[in-house]
Amino acid sequence: MADYAGDFGSFEDLAMPHFVRLYNFACWLTHDSVAAEDLVQETYMKALRGFSSFQQGTNFRAWMYRILRNTFLTSQTGLKAAATTDLDDERSPEPADELTPESILLARMEMETIQQALEALPVHFREIILLCDLEEMSYQEIGQALGIPAGTVMSRLSRARKAMRTLLIARMEGARQ
Amino acid sequence: MICNEWREQFDAYVDDASAERGPDEFASLEEHLRSCPSCAAEALNRVQLKRATRAAAARYVPSPTFRLRIEKSIKPKRKLLWTAAWIPGLAGAIAAVLLVTVSALIWTRHVAHEEAVAQLLDMHIATLASPNPVDVVSTDRHTVKPWFQGKLPFTFNLPEFEYSPYKLLGGKLVYVHHSPAAQLLFELRKHDLSVFITQENQGAAFSGMGQSDMREKGFTVESWNQDGLRYVIVSDAGPTEVRALGDLLKSAARQ
Repeated sequence: MADYAGDFGSFEDLAMPHFVRLYNFACWLTHDSVAAEDLVQETYMKALRGFSSFQQGTNFRAWMYRILRNTFLTSQTGLKAAATTDLDDERSPEPADELTPESILLARMEMETIQQALEALPVHFREIILLCDLEEMSYQEIGQALGIPAGTVMSRLSRARKAMRTLLIARMEGARQ
Repeated sequence: MICNEWREQFDAYVDDASAERGPDEFASLEEHLRSCPSCAAEALNRVQLKRATRAAAARYVPSPTFRLRIEKSIKPKRKLLWTAAWIPGLAGAIAAVLLVTVSALIWTRHVAHEEAVAQLLDMHIATLASPNPVDVVSTDRHTVKPWFQGKLPFTFNLPEFEYSPYKLLGGKLVYVHHSPAAQLLFELRKHDLSVFITQENQGAAFSGMGQSDMREKGFTVESWNQDGLRYVIVSDAGPTEVRALGDLLKSAARQ
């Protein structure tokens, strides 16, 4: 969904359509409904205060997600999550060839397993998968939301998916035993 | 190109990044997928995992209460601010109210004034029709003026008419708007003139009118305020003659 604020509406008109998605995203980041509400509330307040300086023609949705993410990263929960994250970690293990997580998951359709894998991912992997797969943002939008170049988006997304595949395989193998 | 190298493009392929990379970006990859069942299966798995992730990730729904709270917090405040935009409208409203109020006041006074003039006119005609037009009959101002002592809550001066064309015939006590007033009767050739003198604050119908003269049913009416007293002359004489009598009375009042 392209969301360029070329035609300036009121803040409420532009921001409220993203409310449910932002809340969902906040829950995935915080793992806590109360903390998620606080995060969304603070995001809307910050966005409202900064709306006058919001540049016409830029992506409003990406702008909102960026505010929420930056607010999260400076929160207690976000600081803890960031401390356990190594953005340059390239050592994500490759998934085993003989057992693909997709085939297992598709066979069993265990949504819960995917949710658990998402929860177990480091926050910087989780958020980029959510923005890409759930929000269906383009790489350019994701770059704006996360404040990183499109090239970094692609490499980080690739590592995030590898990490998720690894987690899924581990869970499936654990379930087999 | 070996399969692992093709698979590095799978992320962009399943994310439908062709818009960013160009429409022909994945032509070679799709050609490979048509010839490699292993890569085709892997690509299909990636697409399905993306769809499954999307379904699984849409997990949390905010409560209606929380939505209301957010909506309330970002709703524009409708403060009753005293802004420049208000001023013209408010000024217009005040002006309209003032206009209506003043118009109503002027109209009320106008009606009251007309009623008072009509009352004095009637009294003047009634006086002329009466066999005893005045209570004190005298051409001497020193007789007429003292006659009102104790009858009126005010006093007034009368000029010397000896060298004027006006002849004082006498006076009587009347009531204008329930307040005592002096009615003096003069004669100018064959014309009769009544001069009514009352307290200004009592003769509310004439208050604020200042000096005025008018024609009422062929009669000339001249009115003015002096030293807290309201003078009204009613006569069938012309305005010039009426005004001349008024000037005499004004001169006397200033003495």
